[in-house]
Amino acid sequence: MSEAVVVMLALALGTYALKATGPLVLGGRERLPVWLERLALLLPAPLLMALVATSTLVADRSLVIDERLAGLAAAALALWWRANFIVVVVAAAATTAVVRLVT
Amino acid sequence: MSEAEADPRAAVRRQAIVIAVSTAPFGVAFGIAAADAGLTLWEAVGFSTLVFTGSAQFAAVSVLDDGGTVVAAVTAGLLLNLRSLAFGVAMAPALRGSWPFRAAASQLMIDESTAVGTAQPTLALRRYGFLVAGLAVFVVWNLSTLLGAAVLSSAGDVVETLGLDAAIPAVFLALVWPRLADPLQRRLAFAGAALALLLTPITPAGVPIVASASVVVLAWRRPT
Repeated sequence: MSEAVVVMLALALGTYALKATGPLVLGGRERLPVWLERLALLLPAPLLMALVATSTLVADRSLVIDERLAGLAAAALALWWRANFIVVVVAAAATTAVVRLVT
Repeated sequence: MSEAEADPRAAVRRQAIVIAVSTAPFGVAFGIAAADAGLTLWEAVGFSTLVFTGSAQFAAVSVLDDGGTVVAAVTAGLLLNLRSLAFGVAMAPALRGSWPFRAAASQLMIDESTAVGTAQPTLALRRYGFLVAGLAVFVVWNLSTLLGAAVLSSAGDVVETLGLDAAIPAVFLALVWPRLADPLQRRLAFAGAALALLLTPITPAGVPIVASASVVVLAWRRPT
């Protein structure tokens, strides 16, 4: 079994356990403790921004500044202008491709 | 009298379809990211069918692509998905029924279905909105993943030429963007990013992502 399949199955099982606890186990009779609700609310922001940072500024486990940073800046600009998701991604890819072409 | 008043279910269906269609570009992007990380077509679609939570799928595949361990990839995905637990508790009163029904409905517990479901005024409409949105997104998400993975695997080595490697950070930025409006979440986001970059040269791949979650201690006992 490839690593990807192991990750897929383990993540699917763990995710399903999280999804099903409410409907299948608690059945709407209970509420989550406040600290757990707060943790669930606050975890995504640092994780997602860490993924933004590492997928932009890391290559082979070292920090680099390359064309991807220009793409990210274009994406941020598009989001600032409330652009559609497709525009955001295309802006990032196109900017990176163009900068790569001319440098 | 508006159409929505005439048939509230039709209005809910429209919401569900709009939100489902809007996930298609994310699905295509995931298919491309998965193919780029070396996953086969069916592994990519397997993620979308079995895991069925966009941000966690992207996170796990991104960690794998960087050479991270299985444990790091799964942990990063599960930490992001802790919110599914809160969604499930919020939706449970509207999802009463036989256990096979509740078991199947649970797989549809995602941001979009919870958003459409919790926005409805009655328990019956909440149930209807959750199920219609969940099923619609499930279909669109899997088909668009298939499309993205198929297009990239047949296109050959175009990732760098087309700048597709920059699409991945753009996806993560789009996912975190609405959260940056909240000052506390914005501080946590940048603290998490800084910690991850700091740890990158000195820890195995994947660890910086999982470790970034620890910055939530900065927000403890501080009310939002």
